[in-house]
Amino acid sequence: MTEVSTEVSEYVEVHRHPEPTSFISKWIFSVDHKVIGIQYILLAVVAVFIGMGLSLLVRMRLVWPGKSFALLGDLFPVGAPDGVMTPEFYLSMLTMHGTIMVFMVLTTAPQGGFGNYMLPIQIGAADMAFPRLNMLSFWTTFLSFCALMMAFLVEGGAPISGWTAYPPLSALNAATVGGTGQDWWIISIALFCIASLLGALNFIVTTLELRAKGLTMMRLPLTVWTWFVTAILGLLAFGVLLAAGVLLLLDRNLGTSFFIPAGLVINDQLIDRSGGSPILWQHLFWFFGHPEVYIAILPGMGVTSHILATFARKAVFGYKAMVYAICAIGSLGFVVWGHHMFMSGMSPYSAFVFSVLTMCIGVPSAIKTFNWIGTLWGGKLRFDSPMLYSIAFVSLFVTGGLSGIFLGQPTIDFFFHDTYFVVAHFHLIMGVAAIFAMFSGLTFWFPKMFGRMMSEGLSKIHFWITFIGVYAIFGPMHYLGMLPAPRRYAEMTGVDFLAAGGANEIQYFITIAAMITITAQLIFLVNLLWSLFKGKVCTEDNPWEATTLEWTVPSPPPHDNFAGKIPTVHRGAYDFSLPNAKRDFAMQCNSDEMVYEPASGD
Amino acid sequence: MSTTLAPPVVEGDQHEKPRSHTGGGGFPPIDSPGSGDGGSRPRGPDPSAVIRYKLGVWVGIAGIVMIFAAFTSALVVRSGLGGDWTPIDIPHILWLSTALLLASSFTIEKAKRLLRKDAEEGLRLWLGVTLAFGAAFIVSQWIGWQALAADGIYMASNPSSSFFYLLTVAHAAHIVGGVLALTYAVFRVWSPAVWVTRQATVEATAIYWHFMDGLWVYLLLLLMFWR
Repeated sequence: MTEVSTEVSEYVEVHRHPEPTSFISKWIFSVDHKVIGIQYILLAVVAVFIGMGLSLLVRMRLVWPGKSFALLGDLFPVGAPDGVMTPEFYLSMLTMHGTIMVFMVLTTAPQGGFGNYMLPIQIGAADMAFPRLNMLSFWTTFLSFCALMMAFLVEGGAPISGWTAYPPLSALNAATVGGTGQDWWIISIALFCIASLLGALNFIVTTLELRAKGLTMMRLPLTVWTWFVTAILGLLAFGVLLAAGVLLLLDRNLGTSFFIPAGLVINDQLIDRSGGSPILWQHLFWFFGHPEVYIAILPGMGVTSHILATFARKAVFGYKAMVYAICAIGSLGFVVWGHHMFMSGMSPYSAFVFSVLTMCIGVPSAIKTFNWIGTLWGGKLRFDSPMLYSIAFVSLFVTGGLSGIFLGQPTIDFFFHDTYFVVAHFHLIMGVAAIFAMFSGLTFWFPKMFGRMMSEGLSKIHFWITFIGVYAIFGPMHYLGMLPAPRRYAEMTGVDFLAAGGANEIQYFITIAAMITITAQLIFLVNLLWSLFKGKVCTEDNPWEATTLEWTVPSPPPHDNFAGKIPTVHRGAYDFSLPNAKRDFAMQCNSDEMVYEPASGD
Repeated sequence: MSTTLAPPVVEGDQHEKPRSHTGGGGFPPIDSPGSGDGGSRPRGPDPSAVIRYKLGVWVGIAGIVMIFAAFTSALVVRSGLGGDWTPIDIPHILWLSTALLLASSFTIEKAKRLLRKDAEEGLRLWLGVTLAFGAAFIVSQWIGWQALAADGIYMASNPSSSFFYLLTVAHAAHIVGGVLALTYAVFRVWSPAVWVTRQATVEATAIYWHFMDGLWVYLLLLLMFWR
């Protein structure tokens, strides 16, 4: 069925890249975007299990505050003396959970991982525009990860100032509070910024310059559009975080006072600094932080659009509207950072402007949601596991998005700020939704990447437990936020008004749900490893009957993707169920003669 | 935006032309001795490398602009807070730095034009002069920091000096990157490199170097007038 697709296509012959021969140049210091993509994904998988482990500790501390865990006492003699977690230990676990998840998982896997692997193939390029720079990006990211892990090992332990690292807590040096953990945190983030800037540069040039003949911007798969816009966001946002990180590092180590206010007293000791502003950090941080949210979620939107169309056998509903919505979300993302700071003390007029702009994001988000539903509507739906994960993405995006409308209004945020309502909101929309898009992408592209199918049975078991599990975890948190149970507190079991509202039982339920859901992730890990070595061999180039260029090449693709022959693109990315066509889809490299029956009478 | 496209035609020697969609403006024809009509000789690098490298530098500049925009906004906010802002006098040697950097912009432009005319000797000379100016700029800045330190003005002395050191050092770090690129470009024009590689290196470096020049003038004005 699929062999019709490429044989008669037109190709542009290009210079073949020689394949590296040694193990080190092929798998470690590789310049091949596919290997680098897999390295990024591997890094994210390691990071996500560490991050989940930390969240488990956080949950355990919340519901069993005084309980002793012997193993923890051995691992962290300072943070958990005799196995009982201290409140500071709780905060450092919270900080590291957030940092690892946001940077090392949600930023690396969708963009660095899947983007790196798939973008060049989907646009018909042999590699990224600057392959060596690409390798440098990954290894800088890896160094950044190592620096972050160092924060666990140094004296004083990991930082406790949250993933947002608000000063003055984060700006005071080892002599005042804690050890050098916060310094390692800043070094890690600075390295991560540099790596992401280099990566973004590469993605942008690649998308603009290396598209195959005939592949106009408006014929790009939506995945490529989201990776492209994400790269632009990264390019403009990470520099600001880098600058802020440098200032914070100087405050900690060279005696400057950019962020440390005058007259600050810590532990009955007057801090000898003058005139800095903690709010300045918040502005710089959130100018990066809000685009970062879209850096995490946009690639997930792209993957979802791509997979919904493929498994509904329908063109993406409103392709152009989707593209414009992606661009609108990307640009609005830069002018709403103030909505993280309604409670930090800001002019009501500024708050009003930020609030209105925040509400504006609801428009392109709604366009995307309705277009996803429009894509599914009347389609010949195929419920393979990638489709299930993608539908779950839409569900989680809507649930998380609706609570965003509450939080985006200063008067309501006044109540909800720093409560579990916020925790529920951002975990659903940014964390879990993006993770489901990654599950979706991995099950979808796994046959292309490794030449084997993932186990459909295991995927579905994993899907249902995880999907129900995340709602069981984060759904009740909305209610906790209304009590209102504040976030970032290590111990709330003895608080009367919370106990009267049933908070203790709910927290207990959430912890159990989290334990089950986290355990269920082992199913995915087993599925991944089992499928890698024992999975059903995928003999077809195009097992999902998809349309984009990556499905025209063997699985796994050869070293330079197209074996020296770049296909010519003739059509948009989502030509499904074309009337009068020979089959229900047309690949991007198929010319009209190949797609349609010759008209009778010719 | 028009998305229709003429039916694609496979042209015989696609490899030798810059991509058409990037627009032709101001781009000289590329006659690479390394590729030509090919035959059994190994092909030179893709001519699109020139556009790719130049675009890469432009995109990188956007990233760097954001770093300095963040520093600038921090400076503007911080200077308006508290009473601890004591303006510092800019060391006089910085005028020499400025002159050196401005001159180097002219020399690299000269080198770039000679490259297009294929004037080998002059290209090497002017590129070498640019490199020397770049190195001299760093030395001059160093002397400036020493002069401030001799007056007892350090990073932590007051927010004004913090920003002075911060901005000049951050700029110098980027200049070091430019000097490394220039060194590579000099190496490229001295070794028998393929024309395309040489053009990509020199032109991309020139864009970056001009930007460094402009950035310095901006920072100097900021430090002088936002006191």
